[in-house]
Amino acid sequence: MADVATAPMDRTDQAWFADQITALLPDLYGAAVRLCRDRTEGEDLVAEAVAKAWEGLPSLRTRNAFRGWVFRILTNTYISQYRSSRTHGDIESLDADDDAFSLFEQLHQPILLWWGNPEQDFLNRLLRDELVQAIDRLPDCLRTVVILIDVQALSYREAATALDVPVGTVRSRLARARSRLQKALWENAHDAGITTGPAPSRREEEGPDDGD
Amino acid sequence: MTGTEITSCTEALRLLAAYLDTELEEHEHGEMERHLQRCRSCYSRAEFEAHLKASIAELAHEPVPPRLSARVHTLIREFTVAGDR
Ligand SMILES: [Zn+2]
Repeated sequence: MADVATAPMDRTDQAWFADQITALLPDLYGAAVRLCRDRTEGEDLVAEAVAKAWEGLPSLRTRNAFRGWVFRILTNTYISQYRSSRTHGDIESLDADDDAFSLFEQLHQPILLWWGNPEQDFLNRLLRDELVQAIDRLPDCLRTVVILIDVQALSYREAATALDVPVGTVRSRLARARSRLQKALWENAHDAGITTGPAPSRREEEGPDDGD
Repeated sequence: MTGTEITSCTEALRLLAAYLDTELEEHEHGEMERHLQRCRSCYSRAEFEAHLKASIAELAHEPVPPRLSARVHTLIREFTVAGDR
């Protein structure tokens, strides 16, 4: 049989598999932690996905597709086993106006523009923890697309395959997810007073505009 | 003749996410680049969204606990043993 994927697995496969998994382990764990929102559960999810990947290896047609394929297994394992105990029916609860919010536009309200470069300022102050919290608060159906596309850099098509939905669904969920994220970050920043008051250091940084 | 021509900022913003995700067709990608070179407003918006996307991408880097590495490698060793039977 010429097709490597349908051949019985041997020590060469095992060594190859071990190398691939070792290289992907930080990414898999990163995705698993964000999916589960819990480090210990993330470890269990990775271990389970690795076991399933080994079992399913004969069905992998081209080994170049390994990365996307393993993420598919990880996501499916999460969806089928971990999610059931938590959020149900979260797709129905999405607001129709979800994809309308733009953080950039909020930061470009005239009152904020007076301070110079609000979007740069915002990004400089944006903390990893805030971003993690905002992502963790997304419902599963939106969090999974953000994790696959923005965190793990899968293509729309790969994400669609991983989630078993059409590419158009990936697009619309991604738009909603990003809008919700931006809204959450804006509300956070607003609550923390970051976007309401003047930033004293701004004037110095503007330099040429000062004219004196 | 090359398909969509980006004639307005509304059209550019509609395609922005797919552009940043490198999901546009080649001609659309080129169109977007030309628009962003000309349009300061869309350029700032694109830059902001790109930075935000990059910040999210950084979350991919989770240090793997040694416990997990050990567990995974034990698992893989067990596969061989099972396969050798
Ligand atoms: Zn424009």
